[in-house]
Amino acid sequence: MFVVEVSELCKSYGDRLAVDDASLSVERGEIFGLIGPNGAGKTTVIECIEGLRVPDRGRIRVLGLDPVRDGREMRRLIGCQLQDSALPHRIKVREALKLFASLAPGASRWEELLEQWGLADKRDAAFGSLSGGQRQRLFVALALVNDPEVVFLDEMTTGLDPAARRTAWDLIRRLRDRGATVILVTHFMDEAEELCDWLAVMRQGRIIAADSPRGLIDRFAPGINITFSSENGDLGWLEQLEPVHSMSRRGRRVSLEADSDALVAVAGALFEHGLHPADLDVNRPSLEDVFLALTGERAADEPAVSSGEGGSGGSGGQAGGGPGGAAAGHNRAESPRMIKGVRRG
Amino acid sequence: MAEVLGKVGNLTWIELKLFLREPLSLAFVFAYPLIVIVVLGGFFRDAPVEVGPLAGFDMMESYVPAYIGLVIASVGLLGLPVHLAGYRELGVLRRFRASGLPPWALFGSQGAVTLAMAVAGGAVLVVTGMAAFDTGLPQSVAGVAAAFMLTVFCFTAIGTLLGAVMPNARSTLGFGLILWFVMMMLSGTDGPLPAMPGWLQTVAEALPLTHAVRALQYPWVGLGWYWEENLVLLGAGAVAWLLAARVIRWE
Ligand SMILES: Nc1ncnc2c1ncn2[C@@H]1O[C@H](COP(=O)(O)OP(=O)(O)OP(=O)(O)O)[C@@H](O)[C@H]1O
Ligand SMILES: [Mg+2]
Repeated sequence: MFVVEVSELCKSYGDRLAVDDASLSVERGEIFGLIGPNGAGKTTVIECIEGLRVPDRGRIRVLGLDPVRDGREMRRLIGCQLQDSALPHRIKVREALKLFASLAPGASRWEELLEQWGLADKRDAAFGSLSGGQRQRLFVALALVNDPEVVFLDEMTTGLDPAARRTAWDLIRRLRDRGATVILVTHFMDEAEELCDWLAVMRQGRIIAADSPRGLIDRFAPGINITFSSENGDLGWLEQLEPVHSMSRRGRRVSLEADSDALVAVAGALFEHGLHPADLDVNRPSLEDVFLALTGERAADEPAVSSGEGGSGGSGGQAGGGPGGAAAGHNRAESPRMIKGVRRG
Repeated sequence: MAEVLGKVGNLTWIELKLFLREPLSLAFVFAYPLIVIVVLGGFFRDAPVEVGPLAGFDMMESYVPAYIGLVIASVGLLGLPVHLAGYRELGVLRRFRASGLPPWALFGSQGAVTLAMAVAGGAVLVVTGMAAFDTGLPQSVAGVAAAFMLTVFCFTAIGTLLGAVMPNARSTLGFGLILWFVMMMLSGTDGPLPAMPGWLQTVAEALPLTHAVRALQYPWVGLGWYWEENLVLLGAGAVAWLLAARVIRWE
């Protein structure tokens, strides 16, 4: 059973199509991530699911409920941290938590949330006097105050310091381990990779890929990049190795693009040729490479790019050329419907 | 039902505290009427009303209920709508809605806050009048209470309507201030209405505060209930409430 099901969702603002035929499904007890460039439509999708916006077309079910028709019932079961919202400036942290707890029958964990989210010493501070990160943490705490079954977090960790971000991750994992389902939007790829069980990538209103973080990396940024330093001018034999695709040099620095299992072969060959570089390094592509490959470097707000896409060329770096180009091709080919197929039958 | 009351009650309690933390609203609810009545009292102490239906009654005795009306109008035209529009502008309304706060709970809490402020402001006026100018309590407590409730009903509705349609807090404050000044000057709180030229009287008759002041003054001085004015307040309030519920924008 899917906890959240969205099929063929469309939403326009005036004549601007913000979400274009997006479909996704979220399993119970998972952390589901939605990533994509600014303006891709992530918040719009989330707010349609939360029942804050009425879709133009498409079907949404949250715990079997229709967010528009059964909004009241649904809101008891979900918790929302919105990307843009605020509280009255003069309200105190404690008052806000108490107020929102009072809106949810049976919620009484607000004292505990105050502690967990590091707001205990700010309990009597006015909302207006909180720092950006403290506000953000308060909003997350407010989203959790009714013990929700499904939690929506739209850029939860924006503005948090690194330590607070780690704490937030831990708390979110704990939430999942207690059986809650978490749907989050993030621009931090390390967060998505670390935290999410399943990811959907949005671009220009469409969901262009969906998989586990590992799966996305394997599909869209396969291969590794091996580097080392050598004085030896003739290394042509390295390129002859089966898993090595290409080699480039900058001064003493040698860089190989290769299959993900190439390290042993390369190391073996180096050893055989009597080379023992002390700085042999492997860069495995991360989700960030997938993101750049899939969404291009251009902002989604710009008109759609038709050809000569900049995804790989300029970035130069590790996962560059090959994988980037392949992914860009994939991106155009992959339709939302195919993604539904990819996604668990 | 208990749950429903709980929601409105909690929100009302917080809103009340927020209102009291807002210097502008405090100034309009407590300071302004207090200052005016003390100054006016200095001028008109023991003078009788000279013209109009209240001719012969003590001037200060007519001012106290009139200023109670003005306090209610201040909350309704300034405090409430600026507050609501600010909530929309900031995204607080979105936040509330996402938490499943029903609109009527928001409206209900605004009404309750207005009522509480009106009672507090009214009490300040009555006590000041009694202490400094020998004014008394209403001749008909029930009549004044009814007119008081209807005035609150009417101005909460107007304030909610304003707050529901105005784009942001600043424009709401500007518009509210204009309405407030016009009502303050034309509705009989600051000068005898019958002395105004005909066209101004026509404008004055179109203002809800004019009707509220009469509905409050008559039973106060002992002329009995002013049914027609009470009905006007009820009708105007009902229309404004319905409009507000239809047009309210959450963001
Ligand atoms: N209230 C609105 N009125 C008009 N257009 C809007 C509105 N909200 C969003 N849009 C437009 O819809 C598109 C999608 O916006 P959305 O907020 O869903 O993007 P997002 O993926 O959440 O972006 P970000 O990462 O910057 O938060 C954008 O082009 C945006 O300009
Ligand atoms: Mg967004």
